[in-house]
Amino acid sequence: MNLTRQDVEKIANLARLSITEQEMPVYVTSLSSIVNFVDELSRAETGTVEPMAHPLDGQRQRLRPDAVAETDQHVKYQKNAPSVQAGLYVVPRVIE
Amino acid sequence: MLHNLSIGELAEQLAAKKISSVELARHFLARIERFNPALNAVITLTAEAALAAATAADRRLAAGETGPLLGIPLIHKDIFCTDGVRTSAGSRMLDNFVAPYDATVVARLKAAGAVMLGKANMDEFAMGSSNETSYYGPVKNPWDTAKVPGGSSGGSAAAMAARLAPYTTGTDTGGSIRQPAALTGITGVKPTYGRVSRYGMIAFASSLDQAGVFARSAADAAPVLQAISGFDPLDSTSVDAPVPDYSAMLGAPLKGLKIGLLREFFEGLEPRNAALIHDALKVYTSLGATTVEVSLPHLPMSVPTYYVVAPAEASSNLSRFDGVRFGYRCEAPKDLADLYKRSRGEGFGPEVKRRIMTGTYVLSAGYFDAYYLKAQKVRRLITDEFRAAFEKVDLLIGPTTPTPAFDIGSKIDDPVTMYLNDIYTIGANLAGLPGLSMPCGYVDNLPMGLQLIGPHFSEGKLLNAAHQFQQSTEWHKHAPRGYE
Repeated sequence: MNLTRQDVEKIANLARLSITEQEMPVYVTSLSSIVNFVDELSRAETGTVEPMAHPLDGQRQRLRPDAVAETDQHVKYQKNAPSVQAGLYVVPRVIE
Repeated sequence: MLHNLSIGELAEQLAAKKISSVELARHFLARIERFNPALNAVITLTAEAALAAATAADRRLAAGETGPLLGIPLIHKDIFCTDGVRTSAGSRMLDNFVAPYDATVVARLKAAGAVMLGKANMDEFAMGSSNETSYYGPVKNPWDTAKVPGGSSGGSAAAMAARLAPYTTGTDTGGSIRQPAALTGITGVKPTYGRVSRYGMIAFASSLDQAGVFARSAADAAPVLQAISGFDPLDSTSVDAPVPDYSAMLGAPLKGLKIGLLREFFEGLEPRNAALIHDALKVYTSLGATTVEVSLPHLPMSVPTYYVVAPAEASSNLSRFDGVRFGYRCEAPKDLADLYKRSRGEGFGPEVKRRIMTGTYVLSAGYFDAYYLKAQKVRRLITDEFRAAFEKVDLLIGPTTPTPAFDIGSKIDDPVTMYLNDIYTIGANLAGLPGLSMPCGYVDNLPMGLQLIGPHFSEGKLLNAAHQFQQSTEWHKHAPRGYE
């Protein structure tokens, strides 16, 4: 199945990606070729096979004691932030 | 020359005070300075920190301490977080990101006295098979600088092949250690999923990603794998199982070893490539191994399976890059939605955006069952077939790649053709199995890789099988011309 420009625009919006006019035709073509390629999976007879989410099937998620294990290092971590004021991340106004 | 010595020989010379760690670091830093401009394998050089770490290692050596990696330099793939050092994942998105902590792999090697020289170039967020998707430009293959080194750990592989470090680290999600190892004539090991901690390793596809090692030989890879393996409470999928002494396992004879030849790997294989594999098998039979053909009928579906599962996980993992807490932010966003979209649109390169969109598509309403769930079912079929094969054989052998290194620029515009480079390596990732690639000869004067795949947690057996082969052959000793 080939994707349309509208399909790609919808996907890009879901993924929160801006796509330029120049990029758009390239993605319509290449995403279509990828979708057609993975369509091969429909030929596999999977009947009642359980989907496999994890390569080590038997492994259970561990629990740990609910105890503080980290110290407050927000100053160090926020050094990588594009915009910080008074220890808060700054973004464009969300609520008018 | 120092750069041709094995890790074991270097450790001996350090222990005997014939060389110092500082001398060793200087030797490799000088090689990086000399060769890297033509290769673009190293994107961050940490010379000052390296000399400080080497000085500290020399003090530990002077105090009588010994260790297989103490005082020996390395280069880390720039996907591992390094405290205080830029960690870019080959992306504009993280061009300004200075990691605030060490990945477990980095921390463990530091504790072992390893000396980091710098960080290696890579495909952006490890998405690529040619190291052409890096924001920092393509890496050149030391065997022929018009060719790619493979990817995504292309910088680590090229640096290793050019003898810019005694060993380097990498990660393998669909072949990103084994494929570049094959294309640059070195030994690369991808351990079992869960064997090495993923903490601090920038995530691509969390159910497939695994850290590993590039080295000149299996014997050199063994102590490195030893140092980075083992349980880590900071990684929820880390496996709490004892790590055997890999170096001690290298002596075992191969008599009686049962090697499986995957029929699906040999169908349509280029005759010169197939001939190299058959020559390698002759070495194994001369060492007492027996071979038997096995078939995994669903294996040819591993590439389409992977290109649903990996992008799906990537689209989720990369949603953290939002231009708010770290990483690239666009200029003058007009509102929050604009900030998200343009920061991501401008911060990510074309292949990363393509994979995020593929993943978003296969997870979206109406397509989830047909693609994502279907791929997860086929993943189980492939895994079950591997399991059945390992009831009959000890390990599987085949080619690592369909072709030798290809021209830079020749496949980058055709994603599906590029994806098919990983046709022989992806199966091991889907099933979480350990794999290894080592050089086994040349096609068109370019190195080719022999791939070994074993059952879960059989790294020791794989390393020994590779070591025995390397005791009988010389391929792994070859260096590209000009880098000897």
